[in-house]
Order: sequence, then structure tokens, then C-alpha cells
Amino acid sequence: MLVKTVFDSGELTALLSGDIDHHTARTMRLVIDGDIERYRPESLLLDFRRVRFMDSSGIGLIMGRCRLMQLCGGRVRLENIPPTLERLIALSGVRSLTDEGR
Amino acid sequence: MDILNEMTLTFSSKSMNENFARAAVSAFLLPLDPTITELADVKTAVSEAVTNAIIHGYEYGEGTITLGAKIYSNGRVVIRIRDKGKGIEDIKQAMEPLFSTVGGERAGLGFAVMQSFMDDLRVTSRKGGGTTVTMEKYIIRRSRAVQSDEND
Ligand SMILES: Nc1ncnc2c1ncn2[C@@H]1O[C@H](COP(=O)(O)OP(=O)(O)O)[C@@H](O)[C@H]1O
Ligand SMILES: [Mg+2]
Repeated sequence: MLVKTVFDSGELTALLSGDIDHHTARTMRLVIDGDIERYRPESLLLDFRRVRFMDSSGIGLIMGRCRLMQLCGGRVRLENIPPTLERLIALSGVRSLTDEGR
Repeated sequence: MDILNEMTLTFSSKSMNENFARAAVSAFLLPLDPTITELADVKTAVSEAVTNAIIHGYEYGEGTITLGAKIYSNGRVVIRIRDKGKGIEDIKQAMEPLFSTVGGERAGLGFAVMQSFMDDLRVTSRKGGGTTVTMEKYIIRRSRAVQSDEND
């Protein structure tokens, strides 16, 4: 299971698992966007605790969801970024698009 | 400088091979006893180059990707990823952070990642003739497992 989602009190949580690359990001995107469409959440929480690897396709995944949530007036939070992913996240500047960056 | 070990792999331009390429390079470098960070750096860079070959070089179509890796006795690791796809018109522009000819879900950060996670990056490309990405990183050997065979 690449992504498990839970909707509760206006927040959609997506627990991402395994490797995020161009191959897997596509599936994750389809699942998350389907649930955004269905639940219209006020915020999207992307939980990285089970992510073992990520390349810039994961950054694209985050950026794309930020854009989508912005369109419906919502926001995105990133949680439990593993230490090995910190440098990529920092390099991308993607935090400025999320809740923390505002 | 002596080459201690080398390998070449050829595989189809299918996105499931992004994972295969990362796993293969990891396994090849394991005798060097790299740190978690070193291994993550190389895997990320390889993933970027292979993904680019699939989605940009061959534009999701059929094609063959060649992945070569060499380990030198001073800990220098050279990795080369080559496609025979459509090539890059303006390499300098392509390498700029956030530049992408595709947009959408692409962050435009592939080359920026390869550049910052590896010690050296060279890109050669010809329009219609394909692209070769050569990356280097020094992995200081902690184990002696990759000594040349004569020294055993
Ligand atoms: N192997 C390749 N073949 C053809 N074009 C490429 C190749 N690799 C990269 N490019 C071009 O360089 C651009 C930048 O690549 P990159 O930094 O990885 O960003 P992204 O993949 O997110 O577009 C791509 O959008 C593409 O136009
Ligand atoms: Mg790329």
C-alpha cells in the first residue's frame, strides 16, 4: 500500500509509504486527488514517516498538491520528514508553499 | 588510478526500472561501505537521471537505457546514464533549477539534485541523438572489501 488516507474533522491525512519516485508518485497523486475531490478538506496532511526514499518526483507531488489545495482555499502540512529527506526538501524550497512557510 | 570494479546494465525505459536502477547501484556500491547519506545521495541522483531518460528522452515511449558504474581505487565512483532519445536542445537552460519543459507534476529539480548530491556532473546531448549524464562521487572506503583481487 503506497498511500493510506484518513479524513477527519476537515483534514485529509495521507500516510505515504516506501519509495516516492516518478513511478509511485503517480499512484499516490491519483489516490490523494480523488480524496480531495471527494471530501473537500480544509487541510491536507502529508505524513512521511514511512517513506524510505524520495527524489524530485516527490517534490513535484508536494508542489502539485499545494497548488490544488490553494485552489480550494485549503492548505498543506508536511509531517515526520525523515532526516535523509531533509536536504532534498530544503533544496527544493517547497516548505515555503506549505503551512509552515506562511 | 586503478579500476577496482565496474558494471554495465541495459534496461527498458519503463518507470518500474527507476527502482531497479537505484537498487542495482546500491548493491554495486555496498562493498564500499557507504554511509546512509552517501548511498541516499547516489540513489537519488541515479533516480533523477533514469527518470529523465524515460520521461524526457523517450517521452514515455520504448527505448533502452544504459547504466554504467565504475569504482576506482581512490574511492572515486563514476556513474553514467545514457539514452538514445530525443536529446536536449539547450543544456545550460535545462540544468537551471526549476526549469522544466514538461511542467505540471515535474518540479524541474532533477539536474539541481544531481548537481548538489554528487561531487561532479557532466551532461552531453545531441538533438535527436540522445543524452549522456556522467556523475562522480568520492566514497571514502571504510572497508577493504573492494581491494583488487591480487592483494587478497
Ligand atoms: N535525458 C533527457 N532527454 C531529453 N531531455 C532531457 C533529459 N533530461 C533532462 N531533459 C530536459 O531537461 C529539463 C530539466 O530536467 P530536470 O531538471 O530533471 O527537471 P524535470 O525532469 O522536472 O523537468 C527537462 O524538463 C527536459 O526538458
Ligand atoms: Mg527530472
